[in-house]
Order: sequence, then structure tokens, then C-alpha cells
Amino acid sequence: MSNARTFDRGTVEHVAKLAALSLSSEEAERFTTELAAIVAHVDELAALDTSDVPPTYQVCIPADSLRDDVVVPSLSNAEALSQAPRHAHGGFAVPVFVEG
Amino acid sequence: MVDSIVQLAESVRSGERSAESIATETLQRVDAREPSVRAFLHVDRDGFVAAAREVDAKRARGEQLGLLAGVPIAIKDALCMNGVPTTAGSRILEGYKPVYDATVVAKLRAADATLVGKTNLDEFAMGSSNENSAYAKVHNPWDLDRAPGGSSGGSAAAVASRMCLGSLGSDTGGSIRQPASFCGIVGVKPTYGRVSRYGLIAFASSLDQVGPFATDVRGAARMLRVLAGRDAHDATTLDAPVDDYEAACDLPVKGLRVGIPREYFGEGIDPEVNIAVRRAVSCLEQFGCIVKPVSLPHTKYAVATYYVLATAEASSNLARFDGVRYGMRKEPGPDLRAMYGATRDAGFGPEVKRRILLGTFVLSSGFYDAYYLKAQKVRTLITRDFDAAFNEVDVLCAPTAPTTAFRLGEKTSDPLAMYMSDIDTLPASLAGVPAMSIPIGLTANGLPVGMQIITPHLQEARAFAVAAACERHDALHVGAPPAFA
Repeated sequence: MSNARTFDRGTVEHVAKLAALSLSSEEAERFTTELAAIVAHVDELAALDTSDVPPTYQVCIPADSLRDDVVVPSLSNAEALSQAPRHAHGGFAVPVFVEG
Repeated sequence: MVDSIVQLAESVRSGERSAESIATETLQRVDAREPSVRAFLHVDRDGFVAAAREVDAKRARGEQLGLLAGVPIAIKDALCMNGVPTTAGSRILEGYKPVYDATVVAKLRAADATLVGKTNLDEFAMGSSNENSAYAKVHNPWDLDRAPGGSSGGSAAAVASRMCLGSLGSDTGGSIRQPASFCGIVGVKPTYGRVSRYGLIAFASSLDQVGPFATDVRGAARMLRVLAGRDAHDATTLDAPVDDYEAACDLPVKGLRVGIPREYFGEGIDPEVNIAVRRAVSCLEQFGCIVKPVSLPHTKYAVATYYVLATAEASSNLARFDGVRYGMRKEPGPDLRAMYGATRDAGFGPEVKRRILLGTFVLSSGFYDAYYLKAQKVRTLITRDFDAAFNEVDVLCAPTAPTTAFRLGEKTSDPLAMYMSDIDTLPASLAGVPAMSIPIGLTANGLPVGMQIITPHLQEARAFAVAAACERHDALHVGAPPAFA
């Protein structure tokens, strides 16, 4: 089975980083135990032969679901910013960042 | 106050009662009952009374009133209401006030309903007991030591305790049907795409669906008629005509083929739930339904399939909560990534983090095919089970949940045990078919039992016909909880 890797503390720390979650050490420990049990249950799916089965991404989506590309009124700038923890110069304010 | 949405609305439309008098009586009930039930996160007193006065003014002007005129309705706090606090049960949205109405909220207002306030839920609708709310525990009106179910537990408890006669919930894997069952009321998860999700704070977008709770079948039918239909703001809504679900409540059920899926009556089912559902099915036989056993062979894989797909979608949907555009922000230093991490760690509760981690894991490089793609394929098999069953029968009847309401705290220490309690509601969610839960009796210790009625895509009307027939049978009568009658 391709997914036979153990679900361990390192896995939790890796996915926490991907998910932008800063976990405490206690949280990481507890989630490792809990998620290992859940992943073991999910591993039961591997027993099913699905080699000829197509995936279902979405059910009952109408074929012509997009509206005409016409501009309609939307939120004003002030409304869009009204719930932001910080805003400045008509935009959302965030800490300075530089990523290489 | 009458116990029926339809009667209440008609009394306002005819002028027999004023909407304001109903609002006043409702607030008195909320004041008396809310301290023991804790169904609400926010009671919108001023907005509620103002809406009632506007309904009365509209009638005084000689205008035609809508189908829900003056009917107090509570809104699950995962739905946006313009200017009213909306938290999704999470600390990360504490203080957030949406600047727009969800489409379903706008539709209720257009039908002259009066909106009482926002009801409690499991954080981001993730849970089966309402105990994952960051704010308070909701108590089941049938036994205050028990859970109301989840995630729409506040909406179900508000109706069961008769603080209002109708409410809105959302159902991703059973979050309307299971609390309806635990609280002894009617709850409807429509066909995926039947009701707009615009303004519903997203959990798992390929599964989420908004639907009504009501004290009776006809009330739920009237609400769904108001809620259903195509919405330009939600590209997944279906353009199919909206049936007259209320008229469907009077349709005969003689000759309908009712399938009993054997997998729903196996290991883990409470004997009293088993007996109650079989008694309800025999009542349908008395009405002339043809009952036959059927099989949905992939049912046992529904929990694993659901918890891969729903968490994967949740991990993506919840990425938007980062402290930038709304809600909480924690800024430990001048570093953007540290702000994201600290905000999300402080803002999300343990179940939400657990699901974000699981969802991120199943989508991550090296595991996508084994988990996410695999689960999507099993979703196809589960959907095919329903297609095959509906070639043989018109409707499926099954327990809504394997047990009645469990005690608060009973399952909180074991996430997997909590997930397994969703086994009966997950398959219909994965297949996108409509399913409703109706109360069909009480156990020896006075807890309600729910039966699930599942029909093919867009055949809600057929389910309402079956549900109304059950409701007419004296042997299946449940009524209000003794403490809140």
C-alpha cells in the first residue's frame, strides 16, 4: 500500500506548517495520537478495488451555470474594509513581508 | 401560540393576529426558556421587533403578505445576516458583522418572516453534538443533560423548545437531520444545489446544503418552497422548477415502493431505534405503501470517505481565515507568516484544527492519490448504490442516527467515536440526494427517535408526501417536549 507510512509527530508538524497553524507542543502530541487513529480507519478504503471507477468531484452541477459577464454593483471599498482588523490607504494592512 | 408555521402565517395574513404580538410573545418565551436551553448566540431583539412592525405596516397599507408573514425564524450562525454578529461558533470570527445577507436570509425576509437571531453550532459546523462551539453548550430540550445533536444543534433546540416554530440549519454530513432526530422535530436536507449557499460560511462546498427545521412537516414544506431555487450568486444552484411541497403533503402514498436499506439496521443500532423505525414503516404499509428490503452495500465506507473529502475541502475553505480581512488578528511580531500562524492557532478550536490537519494531509504531496482521489472514487460507488436502489423503489426509509441523543460529554474525548455517530446521514450527503428526518416516537425514557426519508435528486415532494402520511398516523405522534409544551 502506497500510504503505509506511519502517521507520526513529524507528519503533524509538516502539515501544520502547510496549513499555517502554529501548534503548541502539547497540541502536536495530542493531534498525532488522534489523527493516527482516524487515518488508520480511513486506510480501510484501500481494501476496495476502484481501478475502473471514475472519481466524483461534484454532484448535480448545472452545465450552463455561469452568468453573463456583465458588471453589477458590489460592495463599496468602505464596506469591504469595514470588518478588517487593520486597514490603511483604502486597502487591508498587513505586516511587511519579503519572500524570495 | 399555535404549534404550526402554516397556521401562524395564515393568522397574520388574515389579520387575526399581529406580527408584533407574536414577536412580543416570542421574546417572552426566549427570556423564560433560553437560560436552560442556550440555543442562541445572539438574539436580535431590535431587528426582530422592527421586522414584525414592518409586516403589520405592510398589511395596514393593503399589501399582500408573504408565505411566512410574521413567523419568527432563527438562523444558524453560519449564515450571514447584514449587520448582525455572525461567528460560525468560532473565536476567529468574534465581532464580525457581515455587510450582506445570505440569499436564504434575504428570501425569508422577502416572505415576511421575522428573524429572531443567530443560533449556536459546532465551530464552523464541524461536529455532531454542538459541543465544539467556542461559546456555549446547547442543551437538548427533551433532557437538559443531553446533547441536541450537531452541528445545527442551536437551531434544532430553539424549535424543539418552541422558542420559535422554524429555523435554518446547514447540513454537510447530517448537521440538519441528526439534530432534528435528537430534538424530535422535522429537518430537511434538500438536494445538493436546490438551495443557495451564498452567504453560508463554507465548510465543505461539494456537500454543504442549507435547509429548514420546523415543528411539523407542512411548516418545513412551506419554508423549503420559500428557500429553494436558482441563485445567480451560487453557480451550483439548480434551475429546476420549485415544486409545491405543501401541496405534496396531501398526496396519497398508496402504491409507493418504500425501500428499507439493511445496512442501516446492523451493528451499533439502538434496539429502541430499530423498533421505532420498523413501526413507522408498518404504518406506511397500512397506508398502502409496498415495503421491500434493499441494499446500499458501500454504506460502511461512508465515514472514511466523508472525513477525507469534507476535511480536504475544509482545509482549503478555512485558509481564508488569516487575520487580514475580517475577524481576529494576533500579531506576535512584524512577520506575516507568524501573524497567520498565531491568528489561526488562537482563533480555531481543537476540532477545527484536527480537520484542517487531516484535510491538509490527504491533499499533500505523496498522499493525494491514496486518500483524496481514492475517496472520490468511493464517493462514486456510494452514489451508484443509491442509483441502483432507486431503480427498485421510490423512497428509502432508515434511522436518522443509530442512537437517540447521547449525554453531553459522552463522546468528546474520542473524535473517531463521534464521527461514527454520523454513519446514517453521510451516504445521502455524499450522493447529493435529498433526505429529511421526522420524529416517529419516543423511547421508554422519553427521548425522540427520528426516521430518515431519502428520495432521488429533486424529489423532495415525494419525501414530503411520505413524511406527512407518517405525521397523520396517531401511533407516530411526538409533539413538544413536556417541559416546553
